[in-house]
Order: sequence, then structure tokens, then C-alpha cells
Amino acid sequence: MEAFTRLDAVAVPLPYASIDTDQLIPARFMSRPRAAGYGDLLLHDLRSTPGFLLDDPGYAGARIVVARRNFGCGSSREAAVYALVDAGIRCVIAPSFGDIFAANACNNGLLPARVSEAAAEVLLARLLGPDRRLQVDLEHATIGEMGFEIAPVARLKLLRGWEDIDLTLSHRAAIAAFAKGDAARRPWASATETSATGAST
Amino acid sequence: MAGETLFDKVWRMHVVLTREDGQALLWIDRHFVHEGSHHAFAKLRARGAGVARPDLSFAVADHYVPTRDRGAAIGDAAIGRMVGQLSDNARAHGVRLFGLGDPAQGIVHVVGPEQGLTLPGLSIVCGDSHTSTHGAFGALAFGIGASDVAHVLMTQTLWQKRPLRMRIWVDGAWGPGVSAKDLALCVIATIGADGAQGFAVEFAGAAIVGLSMEGRMTLCNMAIEAGAKCAMVAPDDVTLAYLAGRDFAPKGDALARAAADWSALASDADAVFDREHRMAAADIAPVVTWGTSPEDALPITASVPDPAREADAGRAAHVADALDYMGLAAGQRLSDIRVDRVFIGSCTNGRIEDLRAAASVLAGRRAVVPGLVSPGSSRVKAQAEREGLDAVFRAAGLEWAESGCSMCVAMNGDQAGPGERCASTTNRNFKGRQGPGSRTHLMSPAMAAAAAVAGFLVDVRALPAVR
Ligand code: SF4
Repeated sequence: MEAFTRLDAVAVPLPYASIDTDQLIPARFMSRPRAAGYGDLLLHDLRSTPGFLLDDPGYAGARIVVARRNFGCGSSREAAVYALVDAGIRCVIAPSFGDIFAANACNNGLLPARVSEAAAEVLLARLLGPDRRLQVDLEHATIGEMGFEIAPVARLKLLRGWEDIDLTLSHRAAIAAFAKGDAARRPWASATETSATGAST
Repeated sequence: MAGETLFDKVWRMHVVLTREDGQALLWIDRHFVHEGSHHAFAKLRARGAGVARPDLSFAVADHYVPTRDRGAAIGDAAIGRMVGQLSDNARAHGVRLFGLGDPAQGIVHVVGPEQGLTLPGLSIVCGDSHTSTHGAFGALAFGIGASDVAHVLMTQTLWQKRPLRMRIWVDGAWGPGVSAKDLALCVIATIGADGAQGFAVEFAGAAIVGLSMEGRMTLCNMAIEAGAKCAMVAPDDVTLAYLAGRDFAPKGDALARAAADWSALASDADAVFDREHRMAAADIAPVVTWGTSPEDALPITASVPDPAREADAGRAAHVADALDYMGLAAGQRLSDIRVDRVFIGSCTNGRIEDLRAAASVLAGRRAVVPGLVSPGSSRVKAQAEREGLDAVFRAAGLEWAESGCSMCVAMNGDQAGPGERCASTTNRNFKGRQGPGSRTHLMSPAMAAAAAVAGFLVDVRALPAVR
């Protein structure tokens, strides 16, 4: 995974609350293989909305999105993150994020940066003016002069570009030991298919 | 020391190890995959990895399956590929498949409980946000994305940060015509679509104890629409009665041992929650949504809000945008909203009890708009047919179809047209969720049936008696 340290880039304001993952990538496109790229599908159905700035030439090359609360709520589809990443976005700034979206983002090198609602409004207003660049620094958790929040674990993961699986595999023995003990502690938890009479089917 | 909550107990039982930074590696008891899991299987292939515990992994075809002409080949090549890929991946990795044509096929969150795969005290994940449904049994169940699905496939574990704990206590008895769906929408409207973000929610209180397993599943299913990590209800006699005799549920001695373990799961009397909400079931009226977020919900007796009267600028902008998309006027009475079609089904409200509730409203009546009824599983379909519910739906003029996600997510081709207004028993009224430009109003099965009969959003309690 590509590590995230600092980013100085154009930021596009999307002043909506609860931009859900169905907006980020409509369900009907999800049968497309990832290799074909998802960038053109990002916010597909909103792009024709009057005043929607994602395709505005004034924000060409944007790598940051600023939005209102509850960004990425809804479906667990990681394709929502793929669409952002494939469109060149590396950071989303919002007052809150859907839980699963935030986890998916951190698994793909996309930074979900949490700011207060007031701070988001300040950024949204400012980005409508001539100064459209933001400087995001993950080491210090700052956006220009402003601070942002991110869970320490997520921060480290992004900074290092870590993937969970590598760490997990180093704990193989502990996992095997747990599974063995657990099978004895909870014999009923195995998934065995039997008919109501107890005979195996 | 304070006691433990239901969540604390189930969480603790699954911690393999805890890192210095507090992240816990959790053991996963059940892993469900569906057609959308192809990204995760591709990650496995890229790493040359296999499935660590195929015996704890289950594949269910639901999101893309056709709900009509099941015998025929799937006409749309892309959709056919999605269904085929799941079968191929399940076969390649030795995972039990509930595929198209299996008498136990259905929507993953209906199939798991119905098969007895979902049990109290288990940890359950799936690459689907409505995995919270399984928490109705007192399981720790939550949705994950494709990277995490791949992680679970490879290791049967998952790294997680421990969420905070919230209890939603619901007192009293239920009013007539009111169901778990109405409570769910009422909760989301009260605390907001992100009101439970970062929390594991426990539903408790007399009104919850009084719910059937179907009702508890509806409630836990919708908790994700309040942003919850997961939702749980303590297992009790209702839970045990539901599980009795299910194919994968423990039986005999194993069941006795399990039941003893499960009875210890309930939150201790002195357990502490990080946040508590209290509601009274008697205060809840049938609820419908008017906007484009599940938090945009109001009692059917209310009127559409006016953005000019919203104090918060962000909220005002949302209300204005939602009304514009939904084609509604500020101040319009909800009961004056005409609908074009209805959909009854989904993992929220596609279970037998939901179909019974809808059928009891439709019996002896005619729908004045077209509608589709898709049972939550093929087993639910068979049960409904044994009870003659299919005949009620057909006689009312609604279409009786096969089981799948269908119009909940419009991936299989079942959808509402641009601008069409659908009274729906599903869980998301997001823009375009039921098809590009479609307009969704969420409600209970009884309310959707009533809307079909009236052609308007209508209070099911006020429907004139069948003559
Ligand atoms: S019925 Fe709808 S919410 Fe449920 S799993 Fe299918 S698409 Fe998701």
C-alpha cells in the first residue's frame, strides 16, 4: 500500500452531508473488474447536478475532497474507496465518516481526516475562493494551520503504508493456539450441518 | 468493578491478542461471502493464498440473482458473470455455497439465521453493512470491506478497535399497526444517521423482549443506518425457540451446553454503557421517510419539513436538496404523497412475519399501483406458499417473485424508473438506490401494503375495513 505522509494539492468542495457509498459508486457499476479502473464512476450520478464542482475546470487535478458530516455512510462496498483512489483522491476531509468506509480508506492509502463541523464549513467556504490548495500533513495531523483527527492506529498504518495481513501472519502460532482452546471451550460453535434428529446430512 | 455488557462479554471471548496500541485481533466464527466478494477472492489469488477455514465460511448468492425465470440462463452477461464467479470461488476454495437453485438460497442475512448458522455469542462478519442483523441473536456481527474480507478468508481473524457501548432502552408495549421497522426509523431520526457512529448498540427493555426474532432482526439490521458498529439483543427463550431444529444449530448435548453459555451473556445489572437512550414503544406511530437519508423519517401523520425553518445551515441545505430530488414541497402532508409502485422484501423486511403483516393488510383488497414481493429466502417463499400468502399477494395484483436483494439495491435489474416513487420495506432511501433517479420512501411491510392499496402514503391504522 502506498504510504501517506504529506500532500499539497487542489481540494474540491462537495458541500453535502451523508454522501453515501451508493453515491460514491452506484451499485449498477460494481460488476466492473477493478483492473478496468473505477475513477470515471466516482459520484457518477451526481456529476450532472448543476453546481457540482467535481468536474469544474477550476478544480482540475484535485487530490482532496472536503464534505459535510457522515461521509461514506451506507454500504460496505470498498469500491467506493477504489473510485476515489482511481480518480486521484488521496484525502477526504469531513466532520465524520461511515465506520466501514473509514476502515476501507485506511486499507487503501486514502486518508479520512476528521475536522469539526465549523472547520469543515470554513474550508468549504474558502475553497470557493481563489485559493484552492490545501496542505495536509499526516505526521503532525494538520491541514495548513488547522488540526485534524484520526485514530492513532489508522495514522500509523497510513504513514507506514502497512497492510494488516503482514502483521497477522506473524501471529500464526497465537491464532492456532486460540482456535484450539476455543474449540474446547465452545464445542457448540463449530458449524456442523445436522438434521433435527441429530443425524449428519 | 462495574459488570460487563453483553457486547463486552462476546468481544472478550474472541480476542486472540491485543496490540500495544489497543487494536485487538478477533477470532471470527462465521464468515459470509456473496457475489460482491469477488474483489477479496482476487486479492487471495494475487497472494497465492487459500481460505484458512472453509468450514466457517459460507457463500450466498443474493445481490445479483434474478427474481424471475430462475430456470433460464441469466440474460445480462455482467450479472451472470457475478453469480458465476461466486460459485467458482466457492467451489475452488471448498466453501459451502447457497447458490441459485439451492432450496436454502436467499439473502445472506436471512439465510444465516434461518440455517442456524447465526448463534448467540458468535462473531460474524460479511462484506455487507447489514451484517448487524445477526446481532439480534446476541452475536457480535458487523460489515467489512473487501480488504478485510480477504484478511478473514486468509486468517479467520480481523484487527478491530473496540467500539464504545450504547444502550437503547425501549419501554412499554407496542401500539396497533406499529412494528420494529417503525421503531428503527424513529431511533435513526432521533439520534441521526451518524448518531451511533463508533458505538456497539444494545437494544433492551420490555418492548424489545416482546419482539419476535424477526422484529429483533429488523431492528438490528437498521442500526447501521444510525452508523452503529453493530447492534445486539440479549439471547432469551425467544432466541432459543427460534433456533430449535435449525440445520446448523447445535442439538442434543451440544445445545444444552450452548444454552448454558448463552444464558450468561446478558449484560450484568451493574454494567456501564458509554451512552444511553430511552424511548417508549407506546409513543411510536407508523413512520415513513420523506428524504434521501434514513434519518429523514417522520410519523405518517406529519408533514414534509421546510428548509427555511431549519436552524442549522448544513441541515437546511440537506432538506432543500432532498426535497428537490424527491419532488416534494415543503409543508406538504406525508399522507398526500402519491406512490407509483411498492416493493416488499429485503433483509430488513423479507421474513415470514413481514410477509404475513403485508398480506394481512392486502387480504380482500386490491393494489392500485404495481408492486413486487420478493421473499427474503427461498425457504421463506416456500413457507409463505404453504400459508397461502402468495395467493393473497397475487389476488391483490402484486407480483410474487423469487428471493434475492432485488429492488433493495437494484443490482439484478429489478428497479424503479427515473422519478418513480416507490413505497419500500428496504433500508436505504439514498438517491438512486432503487435505480437511477428513483425515489424511495422507507416503511414497514404493513405500511407498504397500505400504500399499495391507497396509491398514497397512508396510515395503515386508518385504512377502511374490508367490506
Ligand atoms: S437486501 Fe439490500 S441491504 Fe440486504 S443484503 Fe441485499 S442489498 Fe444489502
